[in-house]
Amino acid sequence: MMKRYLSILLMSLCVSAQAELTIEITQGIASSIPISVVPFKFEGTAKDSVDEIVRTDLERSGHFSLLEPDDMLSQPQSEDDIYFTDWRLLKQEYVVIGTISALPNQQYQVRYQLFDVFNEKELLTQSLKGTASQLRDIAHRVSDAIYEQLTGIRGAFSTKIAYVTTNSKRTKFNLSIADSDGAREKVVLTSKYSIFSPTWSPDGKRLAYVMLEDSGSKVYVQDLVTGKKQLVSANKGINSAPSFSPDGKKLALVLSKDGNPEIYIINLATRHWTRVTNHYAIDTEPNWMPDGEHIIFTSGRSGNPQIYRVSLSSGYVERLTFEGSYNARARLAQDGRFLVLVHQAKKGAPFHIASLDLVRGLLQTLTSDTELDESPSVSPNGVMVMYAAKYNKRSILAAVSVAGDVKFLVPSKNGDVREPAWGPYLD
Amino acid sequence: MELNKLFAVSLLSLAIVGCASSGGTTDEAATTEAAVEESQTQGVPGSPDLDVVTEEQAEMAVNSLLEQTIVYFGYDRSEIRPEFKDVLNAHAEYLVANPMARIVLEGHCDERGTVEYNLALGERRANTVKRYLIVQGASPSQMESVSFGEERPSMIGSDDSTWSKNRRTEIKYQ
Repeated sequence: MMKRYLSILLMSLCVSAQAELTIEITQGIASSIPISVVPFKFEGTAKDSVDEIVRTDLERSGHFSLLEPDDMLSQPQSEDDIYFTDWRLLKQEYVVIGTISALPNQQYQVRYQLFDVFNEKELLTQSLKGTASQLRDIAHRVSDAIYEQLTGIRGAFSTKIAYVTTNSKRTKFNLSIADSDGAREKVVLTSKYSIFSPTWSPDGKRLAYVMLEDSGSKVYVQDLVTGKKQLVSANKGINSAPSFSPDGKKLALVLSKDGNPEIYIINLATRHWTRVTNHYAIDTEPNWMPDGEHIIFTSGRSGNPQIYRVSLSSGYVERLTFEGSYNARARLAQDGRFLVLVHQAKKGAPFHIASLDLVRGLLQTLTSDTELDESPSVSPNGVMVMYAAKYNKRSILAAVSVAGDVKFLVPSKNGDVREPAWGPYLD
Repeated sequence: MELNKLFAVSLLSLAIVGCASSGGTTDEAATTEAAVEESQTQGVPGSPDLDVVTEEQAEMAVNSLLEQTIVYFGYDRSEIRPEFKDVLNAHAEYLVANPMARIVLEGHCDERGTVEYNLALGERRANTVKRYLIVQGASPSQMESVSFGEERPSMIGSDDSTWSKNRRTEIKYQ
């Protein structure tokens, strides 16, 4: 079941240079929850099947095992038609039914109910409205609500991802955004120059990124609504590794204008600069902590890359990683309890994604099947990590849970895809 | 490019030719040989017989060194390897002799490690070459450095020999 190849045909808003991401689940948790999402009763025509998207979302989370509609003994469309004994016979713990009805003005109403099979009880019901083109958004919101109801964790199916695709000759780069399942890809920037380190503003309305032009690296912030891009930093030397402050008003980045890569903060409104680090080693990859008072970063000051935390008020620097010869590009998960990072156990060993529990001090390598793993990015609910890797000699995206128990691959049908950035909640 | 200009270089010291015989050190010697081999495909016939050095041969040797515009680095390292000092000395002498000459030093990395750390490492590779040339007498105003990190590999591939070719600083005469 978990090895099933889920091919998701993409509805895309853009015609040029599509990467066409697909999702291939490689590992789900052993104790996944059996759930049936019955095909919704549908009055009308639309290309997105809401129940199918919900099934795919839930399965991709790794926490659920979904019953195929063909294996269902019945496909009830109202509460009265549900025979709970049938669902118990199929060893299902939960069942979801729904209807989609056409309203005036090309609107649709999606109503669904989630039932607990053992207690024969309704746990959740919701009614959502939208146009045909919004049915996919509605489906992800249904998945979010079911996921939260049954796991206690907020769902992140409605969020977006940003990533960079390139042709094999590396002569054309696209910065794209898509739904978190890879659907509805939209190219927001095309360039002959390499684009990397895209990062979302906390409100999800802007992306900061680095463009490596012939004269060197520059940092831009692009408004996703207007498409307008603004040059933020083009100092002499490196301009790189942007990270928004939790309030979205400042950008931490790396500049080498004073001779060496150091972390700086720029106030985006006043353009006022402050320098954060001062060390002759490489300091890079800043990432703001949720408190807005600390920044974690990568530094080579111990002789190889390790993760450090700096207090913005006192300037006090504390080393966080000690295990491994290369720990870099850390991102925070679950309100800063976990670091997710690129980890090399010892020189010559493969690069994998690891999590570090900052409370217990426990480092766990999460990935093994992919190679040269890099650029980890954590979902806003802190559950999943999307990263870039080499797989079958191609650059693909892959995902692993912070707990290490769920894995899936997100290859593109053509070209290479890298530098994923998981966006924030949008409401 | 303007490599022809380099051929116009008049006779430099015989000492450089003497140094040219000091081969690669044991550290990643294979890489060094490969590097020299690659740069020689561009022209000028083999090195002169060092026992009998004529002026013409000395000039050819210097030109051969100046034709080498790439120096290579160890994994996660940015210091100049001894076997590239002759090449850099020749470029430094050229820059001293031609104060109007300008170069851009492009630092590069292999694909291992993170994109941003490699961008910083590439800059260090460009800057160590820059500092070395300055110590040898070239003027800071003759040089710009730029890092391309792991974004512009000279070879595509994921093996030791490809990686060793990609960890480099390229000297580009403007």
